Amino acid sequence: MSTISHLLTSRWGPILTGIAVGILAPLLVTLGNPGNMGVCVACFSRDIAGALGLHRVVTVQYIRPEIIGFVLGALAAALAYREFRPRTGSAPLVRFLLGVCAVIGALVFLGCPWRAYLRLAGGDWNALAGVLGLGAGIGLGVVFLRMGFSLGRNRPAPTALGWVLPALMIGLLGLLLFAPQFGRNPDGTPTGPIFFSTQGPGSQHAPLLISLAVGLLIGFLAQRSRFCTVGAIRDLILLRDAHLFTGIIALVGAAFLTSLALGLFKPGFEGQPIAHTSTLWNFLGMALSGLAFTLAGGCPGRQLFLAGEGDGDAAMFALGGIVGAGVAHTYAAASSPAGPAASGPTLVVVGLIACILIGLTMRDPQRG
Amino acid sequence: MSTMRQIDVRGLSCPQPVLRTTQALRDLPAGALEVHLDAGTARDNVVRLAERAGWQVTEAEAPDGSLRLTLRK
Repeated sequence: MSTISHLLTSRWGPILTGIAVGILAPLLVTLGNPGNMGVCVACFSRDIAGALGLHRVVTVQYIRPEIIGFVLGALAAALAYREFRPRTGSAPLVRFLLGVCAVIGALVFLGCPWRAYLRLAGGDWNALAGVLGLGAGIGLGVVFLRMGFSLGRNRPAPTALGWVLPALMIGLLGLLLFAPQFGRNPDGTPTGPIFFSTQGPGSQHAPLLISLAVGLLIGFLAQRSRFCTVGAIRDLILLRDAHLFTGIIALVGAAFLTSLALGLFKPGFEGQPIAHTSTLWNFLGMALSGLAFTLAGGCPGRQLFLAGEGDGDAAMFALGGIVGAGVAHTYAAASSPAGPAASGPTLVVVGLIACILIGLTMRDPQRG
Repeated sequence: MSTMRQIDVRGLSCPQPVLRTTQALRDLPAGALEVHLDAGTARDNVVRLAERAGWQVTEAEAPDGSLRLTLRK
């Protein structure tokens, strides 16, 4: 075990994690997950929001076991290697809002940074605009970091606080297992409180135990290796440090080869799974997302892994993401394969203004 | 009495611990810097970038589980 941990904390860590994600994500698609969506934290938060009734779009409602696995896998790694450190107090309210903004932006693009890379590896060239937008948003976040942006410091918290998000995830797992037994009319119409799609992307999923196992494995690996799909670009720009970026290269390379081997690679712009062709809103949606993630200190996966380590602020961001997904679908902001939705552009602009104000105004009160 | 420059980056989100360390090292071309930080990611990042820039790093654990890194060149 210590050899594996040593390897994962070495320069090979992000690469090994990226390879694991790159192989496992297309495999999950073959086993039932939606196209180019083996793993997508934003899409899966959206499905969870729908399953909980926070939006009522009947095609995107499912409790995704991968998300549960991410948190619990990271928790297991943190406990095993003495890194479970309950903490909070670094602007949790602002982090919640950043989570809302990040997921709204991601749902205008139709994917978080993880899915942006997976879409690219699957031949969806619309993702190029998304990845460029992600880079632009991260670049703007780096400008704020250089100007002294900070959400302030966290501090140690009671042990129980660190267990709150893992406990919520165990609760979600319980709902996932037992929800099919309640909440339907005799004609099969869902009445809630838990909703599962019977058509559309929400109905497409790999077998529960496999999804959960993949989530646990990625959560474990990523907690050790500090894998971060936003930190990768941020560190490259800010510190000229390619440590995390090698993980993204590995992810895209492994996902490309696996997609090719599984017959999933379909190059082009048109007719890509759960994607639209609006270059402008692919770019701006992801720019908002990239900025919000950078201000919060890491990509959506990373926020879940930190939450698994006991970081209550990262947990607030993750919960903000689920609420943001509910907002995006309730107020017609989430795009569809037909293109951006009615309020998508407005909410992206509002989100960008909010994040820029956060970037300009938040400073560490204990700078020194 | 020690005149070693000290910075405290405990509790800060990524990438602020490593950013503040690199800023402090830029003002200090040689000598010693003590960085007080949390174990985990911040420690890994600071050690990696300091060593890459040619600093020797020694590490001591504080009673509260935080770490004090001494960077020398």
